[in-house]
Amino acid sequence: MTSLAATRRRLALRRFWAEFRAHRAGLAGAVVLLVAVVLALVAPLFISQDVTSVVQGTGAKWAAPSLAEPFGTDESGRSILLMVWWGSRTSLFIGFLAALLSIVIGAVVGIAAGHFRGWTNAVLMRLTDWFLVLPSLITALVLAAILGGSTFTIIMAIAITTWPSTARLIRAQTLAVEARPYIERSRALGGGHWHITTRHVLPNVAPLLLASTTLEVASAIVTESTLAFLGVSANKTSWGTMLRASYDYGAATQGAWWYIIIPGLAILVVVMAFTLVGRALEAVLNPQLRRKA
Amino acid sequence: MTTPLESAEPAVQAAGPAEERSAGRGTLRYAAAKAGGALFSIAMVIVGTFFVFRLLPGDPVRNLAQGRNMTPAQLDLERHRLGLDKPLVDQFFDFVGKTLRLDLGTSYEYKRPVLDLIGERFGPTLLLAGTGLVIAVSLGIWQGTRAGWQRGSGFDRFSTGTSLVLWSVPTFWLGLLLMMVFGVGIGPIPGLLPFRGIESVDAPDGFAYVLDVAAHMVLPCLTLVAVVYAQYLLVMRSSLLEEVGQDYVTVARAKGLRDDEVRRRHAVPNALLPTVTLVFMRIGFVVGGAVTVETIYTWPGLGQLFYEAVRVPDFTLMQGTFMLITVAVIIMNTLADVVYHLLDPRVRSA
Repeated sequence: MTSLAATRRRLALRRFWAEFRAHRAGLAGAVVLLVAVVLALVAPLFISQDVTSVVQGTGAKWAAPSLAEPFGTDESGRSILLMVWWGSRTSLFIGFLAALLSIVIGAVVGIAAGHFRGWTNAVLMRLTDWFLVLPSLITALVLAAILGGSTFTIIMAIAITTWPSTARLIRAQTLAVEARPYIERSRALGGGHWHITTRHVLPNVAPLLLASTTLEVASAIVTESTLAFLGVSANKTSWGTMLRASYDYGAATQGAWWYIIIPGLAILVVVMAFTLVGRALEAVLNPQLRRKA
Repeated sequence: MTTPLESAEPAVQAAGPAEERSAGRGTLRYAAAKAGGALFSIAMVIVGTFFVFRLLPGDPVRNLAQGRNMTPAQLDLERHRLGLDKPLVDQFFDFVGKTLRLDLGTSYEYKRPVLDLIGERFGPTLLLAGTGLVIAVSLGIWQGTRAGWQRGSGFDRFSTGTSLVLWSVPTFWLGLLLMMVFGVGIGPIPGLLPFRGIESVDAPDGFAYVLDVAAHMVLPCLTLVAVVYAQYLLVMRSSLLEEVGQDYVTVARAKGLRDDEVRRRHAVPNALLPTVTLVFMRIGFVVGGAVTVETIYTWPGLGQLFYEAVRVPDFTLMQGTFMLITVAVIIMNTLADVVYHLLDPRVRSA
């Protein structure tokens, strides 16, 4: 039995990979992502927190890109290259964790609303709609300002303002899955709520969750950098806080274009990579989109 | 010329007015339900704001006083003045009552009523966001139509690509880039446009003043448009693509209408509906963009007021602007729902 299921799963995985490979942009995005994540993970092997220390700036202040400092230096002579590298850890960490938290909340609410129907559904959907209509950046700013700008509260603020769209998506998919006969069979055989939702519904909505997580990471990274730029993040070096510093120290009037362009490009490249992968995953995994194509 | 349609016409006419009446009543009922929902959401915003702002770590009076030295007697007096010595339930009803009477309290930073400050800052935001929105929507609809009509063409690929990039660009970074290139100037190129505030220090009078404000508005407006127009483009494109396959478009072509006319008179009006609704639905996104843009270009609008409140932090001001912006967004969304219902018979019958 298990071997049969395992074979089927392996086949499904192979089919998925073959289809995903056909999306060239998605594949390129995946490669970029892999490189970015690996670089962020291995950063402590080569550099340390010291690269962000203002007293340990190695170069001249406001040095333009040169052979010694490939991306130039900032207002205290710190290397932009090393700061961007080190900052990627914070940006990616917050992006991943916020997206994960948002998806977990969205999935739990969506599955619960779709599974229990009735008043549970009514209450949960009312709540979801209410959160959906709140202007997300404004709400995240208020939450971060009130709770203080630690890494944890930034993650919370992003997750709280982004889960509703996932909840709606997952609820719709749950309703579609629960209409299938095998759910009825499972129920007739005595499967409880927990069994049905975790063994039947969850595996069926999981592919969609994967696609929306990827897209969610992209928007979480943008939100994190925006919050940091607007100064509510009391955070370690991230791409957002670097750009904030470039604004505070007047990099534009100093003509220090590298200080503005490099961290922003880092955000743009990573966010686009996530978006491309997410769109490719969606095209492969979302049955509705597949039918349309 | 007798067509099968004509013979059926009396029946259609007979059904017409009655149907319309019921549709009108249906819309009214729908609008009432939506308004009820909106009122509920607004109530939840007020209640939520009360509790979230009381989650503040530490003593609210000290928070409001921003660490200025105060004697215990002064603190007590201030606490009494703000009603913070009352039980939480009384505080809650005080807060709700005041909010409903549009008394949003006094800003600690400016020492003035929050509502006055909001009133002052409202005009510039309306000017900037309104202009930006009009440009973004027109541009998005125009480019989306062209891209969708020539699906797969170079123009289409270019448009989709650009919107994907613009979608990934953080608003503030685009603002910084534009400011650097066009405001400050780069290398030998001098700065061409002003990038601070809404008017020059020595602002002239009359028509020259209008030109001065317009010049100050170019960069903030450009940033806002670039960031928000991509979504209108994409939605317009995909909703046009859905119309292209419809029978009525084929019929219009079969009648021998020019391609241009098929697009303008048949496909586009139908495809416009989802896009126009989206404009109101995503108004919260535009507001978020406005906060960022106003901050970068020190545009004296609501967004900058909110940003300053967050930075100080001035909690009374923050709470007031937050509630006002959120309520405005909820109202816009509800209007969008009702207008969509009114315009699209397909939604009405469903």
